Amino acid sequence: MSSWSESTQERATEIIARYPEKRSAVMPLLYLAMAEEGHLTDAGMEEVARWCEITPAQVRAVASFYTMFKRERTGRYLVSCCTSITCMLLGGDEVLHAVEDESGVPHGETDDEGMLSVEHVECIGACGGAPAVQVNYELIEGVSPTQARELVRWLKRARPEVVNSDEMQELFGARRSFDWGISEEHGAIGPYPAFQPLGTVGSEVSE
Amino acid sequence: MTTPLLITRRMTDHPGDSQTIVRYESTGGYAQGKRALGLTRDELVEEIKTSGLLGRGGAAFPAGLKWSFLAPERPAYLVVNADESEPGTFKDRQLLERDPHQIIEGMIITSIANEVHHAFVYIRGEYAKPARRVQTAVDEAYAKGYLGGGIFGSDYDLEVTVHLGGGAYICGEETALINSLEGKRGEPRLKPPYFPAAKGLYMMPTIVNNVETISNLPHILALGGGEYSKVSDSADTGTFMTSLSGHVNRPGNYELAHGITWRELIYEIGGGIPDDKQLKAWIPGGASAPWFIPEKHLDLEISKDATAAAGSMLGSGAVIVMDEDTCMVRAAERLVRFFAHESCGQCTPCREGTTWLEMILRRIEEGQGRAIDLDLLVDVSDGISIGLAWPPKMTTICPLGPSAVSPIMALRDYFRDEVDSHVVNGGCPLKSGGATPQTPRSPGDETASEDGRSSDPASPDPDRMPGESE
Ligand SMILES: Cc1cc2nc3c(=O)[nH]c(=O)nc-3n(C[C@H](O)[C@H](O)[C@H](O)COP(=O)(O)O)c2cc1C
Ligand code: SF4
Ligand code: FES
Repeated sequence: MSSWSESTQERATEIIARYPEKRSAVMPLLYLAMAEEGHLTDAGMEEVARWCEITPAQVRAVASFYTMFKRERTGRYLVSCCTSITCMLLGGDEVLHAVEDESGVPHGETDDEGMLSVEHVECIGACGGAPAVQVNYELIEGVSPTQARELVRWLKRARPEVVNSDEMQELFGARRSFDWGISEEHGAIGPYPAFQPLGTVGSEVSE
Repeated sequence: MTTPLLITRRMTDHPGDSQTIVRYESTGGYAQGKRALGLTRDELVEEIKTSGLLGRGGAAFPAGLKWSFLAPERPAYLVVNADESEPGTFKDRQLLERDPHQIIEGMIITSIANEVHHAFVYIRGEYAKPARRVQTAVDEAYAKGYLGGGIFGSDYDLEVTVHLGGGAYICGEETALINSLEGKRGEPRLKPPYFPAAKGLYMMPTIVNNVETISNLPHILALGGGEYSKVSDSADTGTFMTSLSGHVNRPGNYELAHGITWRELIYEIGGGIPDDKQLKAWIPGGASAPWFIPEKHLDLEISKDATAAAGSMLGSGAVIVMDEDTCMVRAAERLVRFFAHESCGQCTPCREGTTWLEMILRRIEEGQGRAIDLDLLVDVSDGISIGLAWPPKMTTICPLGPSAVSPIMALRDYFRDEVDSHVVNGGCPLKSGGATPQTPRSPGDETASEDGRSSDPASPDPDRMPGESE
């Protein structure tokens, strides 16, 4: 008996079929479990263990190894500020401080309403557009402290259903690592990356 | 200094739709994948060997040689390493987002040459958009019959699975990546015996290649290995992608032919330092590489051998530029923090050593440093990487630990005075300041690993500062 919804179970079956061995599906299924409940719970990890035919301890060992599997309640918007070397050189620490100050949420924490989580992260591969920030893993490059404050206010006020990189870049970003135009129609709806084959963890922005 | 664009040609000429299969095919795409079906393994391996292509993931290992080493057991697997997480590096993201079919065609060629029928792309978890782009491209290729059962109407089957990582730099190391793909913690394996070419994914022969390496393959077949090897005048063949960032006027990714100098890269291509400031130092090959300084290295050729002779490496191709106002202690701290955070915790010298280094650097930066601290940093580094040599003498399972020592080598060799003035001043003598955000360690927290071993990274006692007698 699975605690997962019908559609999540279908996804899980589909994902497992992509791998030669069931155990290899642990990570994608952990994302799926997060999408079901907003963060990883013991029940979610046990469910993954059943699907992959390994022990819950083995699943926990994997989940705890990776920073993106959130085992604590995470806000609807996960704001990740890069403070790695290049971003630091170009003001990434100040951007983080602006986000913390404007939101009242210190890094590593979530606000009481479950709206916003703030974290600082190591390099997210956007150094050409440093300093970089991600919201639910959707990237914004060339963010100033002032723009970071505006971003926080916007998230709280507009409460977008889906966050979209291009839209946020337009509103709150400046220089990008590389810029070849073209718009991206997908966005993220949770504190996990919006990656289409997992379906439930991403969504198309409706025009 | 003209650069023939190969792997960034399509995205440059067709910025609006270079990621689509329509554009890919209308610009010659998939012709080489099809052609590879008619070539023998020996012919393909020979072509790549002749091209002189070196791996672009960091270790610069010859790609053709890697293929020729693949053990004969089957099934064999191919994993494209798109875990790109080395600070300063963002070239693979561009290739993933802007030309994913080029990667798929490279995978088809590699698979045919090595009799692989299931290939993977392991993309770092934070790269949501690149992963979406690659998955879309894979779906398009399946729909056209270029992937799946009987590709291009032949009897050759090839499945491709796109796999999303979970936010751990160490999974870029090829054996850690394999563990991760098997559904385990991303801890590197001991080599020997776990060379991927012999005992890789599911203990079967496995090829792991970087995104950029794979992207070159269609071009090598199109040009011919011999012609490709003449693209650059340098001993290093072909082109390479460099990610230029930091204090330069024109940061970004550039596809260049080997053989230009650092001066040309930083001042001509990169447009020099903002506000006409002086160049203080740069990191020539990603966060792991020992630093270069203008007094000694500006006119060196950018090539594998010239960089190695000067005691560093081209690594992941990332170049991080720092101007005269940059605090070297702070820069070193930030790099060391990265390695401390990303250490998987298996080896004591790496797990403990990087944490000590980070603490000592932070206290120097915050004005609590002591006169002996630089020697102490060198001492601790010596425990991770004997003699602080480059390339390092390894005491650890993988090169992550020794990489953390590169910034310390720079402080010791070039910026001793600056460290001292931090100590004498009781703080940073330069402009930058402010508290450093500290990162809780990620890999290996309170949860016991599956073999029952506690993986708590026994962190140093904060009450006993390093250097104090016990
Ligand atoms: C700590 C560490 C991290 C690494 N990260 C990456 C990475 O993100 N991407 C990559 O292609 N190679 C990375 N490598 C190198 C891989 O182990 C491997 O050499 C490479 O993927 C082989 O591909 P290539 O021959 O095409 O370069 C890393 C190595 C180490 C030690
Ligand atoms: S050197 Fe560090 S990262 Fe590499 S295996 Fe050892 S502990 Fe893990
Ligand atoms: S250092 Fe911030 S994105 Fe690379």
